[in-house]
Amino acid sequence: MRHRLTADGNGAIRLNMKKGAFLFVCLAATALPGCVQVQAPDKPIVINLNIAIRQEVLYRLDQASKEVIEENSEIF
Amino acid sequence: MALSEKMKDRIEMVAAALLIGAAVAGSGAIAQRDPAYQQARADGLIGEKTDGYLGFVTPPSPAVKALVDDLNIKRKAKYTEEALANGATVEEMAFRTGCRLIKERTAPGEMYQAPDKSWKTRDASPPVVDVRCP
Repeated sequence: MRHRLTADGNGAIRLNMKKGAFLFVCLAATALPGCVQVQAPDKPIVINLNIAIRQEVLYRLDQASKEVIEENSEIF
Repeated sequence: MALSEKMKDRIEMVAAALLIGAAVAGSGAIAQRDPAYQQARADGLIGEKTDGYLGFVTPPSPAVKALVDDLNIKRKAKYTEEALANGATVEEMAFRTGCRLIKERTAPGEMYQAPDKSWKTRDASPPVVDVRCP
């Protein structure tokens, strides 16, 4: 009885392995035609770092505008 | 003795006069607007534009036009100077100063340009300024 159980167990594992292999083949078969094609863009990728710099410039301009008005009050 | 007392008084008066004179000269260093410019502002003939320059609310007389053109040229020179010193464009510098001019330098009764380009009369309430203004 004990031997039988073990044997059955082995069978179950083997069956599962077979199932796994089958699943893998299925997946491979379905995946192949649906390959994701990665292509390098023909245009260069541009990352705009100007945003941060512009913000800093605007901040400095705030101070500069104050001074320019104070120092040239006759034209403002 | 009485004479020296008088002398002292006189010296004190002269010193006071000199001090007052120096104070007046000091405040004179803060240059004032040309009276014609001040008048044109007060009369609502001209106003502050959003771009940092003066504009005409009504078609200007040759005198007012000459006055405003001259001031705008001088303003542009200053904006250019400051823009260069701060790594900004002249337009950015002018615009930023324009925000400040509208908010801080227009008195009630004077004209300013709203973001939609319409002319508004400044009153006691805060002016309508561009969203890009700080």
